[in-house]
Amino acid sequence: MLEVQDIHTNYGESYILQGLSLRLGQGQVVAVLGRNGVGKTTLIRSIIGFTPPRRGRILLRGEDITHLAPHEIARRGVGLVPQGRRIFASLGVGEHLEIGQRAGNGAGWSFDRVLELFPRLRERLRNRGNKLSGGEQQMLACGRALVGNPDILLMDEPSEGLAPLLVRELGRILGRLKAGGASILIVEQNLAFALRVADHVYLMSKGKIVHESRPDELLRNHEVKARYLGV
Amino acid sequence: MTFWVTQALNGISFGMLLFLLAAGLSLIYGLMRMLNLAHGSYYILGGYVGLATIKVTGSFVLAALAATAVVTLIGVVMERFFLRRFPEQELPQALLTFGFLLIFADLSLWLWGGTPQTLPKPEIFERSIRMGTIVFPSYRLFVIGVGLVIGLGLWWLQEGTRLGAMIRAGVDDAEMARGTGVNVGLLSTAVFALGAFLAALGGIIGGPFVGVYPGADFEILEMALVVVIIGGLGSLKGAFVGGLLVGLLDNFGKALFPELALFTVFAPMAIILAIRPTGLFGVR
Repeated sequence: MLEVQDIHTNYGESYILQGLSLRLGQGQVVAVLGRNGVGKTTLIRSIIGFTPPRRGRILLRGEDITHLAPHEIARRGVGLVPQGRRIFASLGVGEHLEIGQRAGNGAGWSFDRVLELFPRLRERLRNRGNKLSGGEQQMLACGRALVGNPDILLMDEPSEGLAPLLVRELGRILGRLKAGGASILIVEQNLAFALRVADHVYLMSKGKIVHESRPDELLRNHEVKARYLGV
Repeated sequence: MTFWVTQALNGISFGMLLFLLAAGLSLIYGLMRMLNLAHGSYYILGGYVGLATIKVTGSFVLAALAATAVVTLIGVVMERFFLRRFPEQELPQALLTFGFLLIFADLSLWLWGGTPQTLPKPEIFERSIRMGTIVFPSYRLFVIGVGLVIGLGLWWLQEGTRLGAMIRAGVDDAEMARGTGVNVGLLSTAVFALGAFLAALGGIIGGPFVGVYPGADFEILEMALVVVIIGGLGSLKGAFVGGLLVGLLDNFGKALFPELALFTVFAPMAIILAIRPTGLFGVR
């Protein structure tokens, strides 16, 4: 579904991604783990086109999307749940879903279905983005990406800043999305959360993938965990 | 009493004219973080093109159509082929738009000469309206009406449509709007064109009472900037309230203390800025 081939990306003056490759299969949930500052957010920014790589290729369903504009990439089926959620302060909850709406892959995520998934948002439909709680903002960020019916969903630290109860709720929601056939790439620092939801995990260090395995294998591999995650 | 009502109506109608200019200036700034110094030039170009059209056809409506069409096109060309090359670079943008201001000023002088000119009013507004002791030109009321209609239309566009929501998303966080699939580049061109359209409409509407003359471009830009600063950059409500405020201040200032002229506009601006540095309705 998504193939990242040996990308090199600069962010400002710094050389962040130094030849990174990974794959996300149809219907898979893949997690990329790593400490702060290893380039996880730059990876997401490279895929959506905010900071395009200067070398390497990114393929979506076999098509090269490396140097397309971000809105083109989004329209071709990449949904983004960004770090810090980036909810539009002056838009109402309903307006967020309206501007994100597209037929996309035909998975059938409509305005109403998103509100069924997140009933809390229905109660706050007319509230502006800056009046929502952190948890509500996270739900809205997911909803905004889903109504575009993307082929793949990019999630940058979705559990960040959420209370444990909400993190568990988020895990359940991801489970439902996956059951519905969604392909999801998650970038996380929260190891427990990532291991619970992912089918496959990559470990990142200094702009490269240094390890990949099934989540249960990583759980048992204490040496790798200690070296790259400090646990 | 008559004095106050007449001057207030004059001030409000001038305020509506300023609103037409400030709304575009403010919307463009909000979405593109760009101060278009050639915005006042759209006003005089609108006025001159309108005047030329009236001379040929005799029709105010045709003049308005021709002026807004020509100036909107100029705006699109400026945005697409020039300003687009300098995203978020304030100094090159300022120099570029100032360059356009000079070019348009010289072009106007060359094509239409240096004599101040006014547009003839549409015939139906030639007459004055009499209410008791107050006699007021009906054209001024027409200007107020146009301002209100445009204000309501823009408010509806911004708050009530999907397009407006996209524009606000772009103002809030342009990168994230792109990541949501919004073509912010196209939206910028559209907003820039809308701003140019409104300024040209200002030239047509203001033509019969403010007129067009060399230097009007800079004067009207200056007043529109004051409006935007008082109202708050990027805020439509700010442009409207600021426009009314500056229109009234300017008019009463000139009527009551003619020797103080611009002081009556700039002193309140400085006071408002000292209390609210972002302007009355600005957030940034």
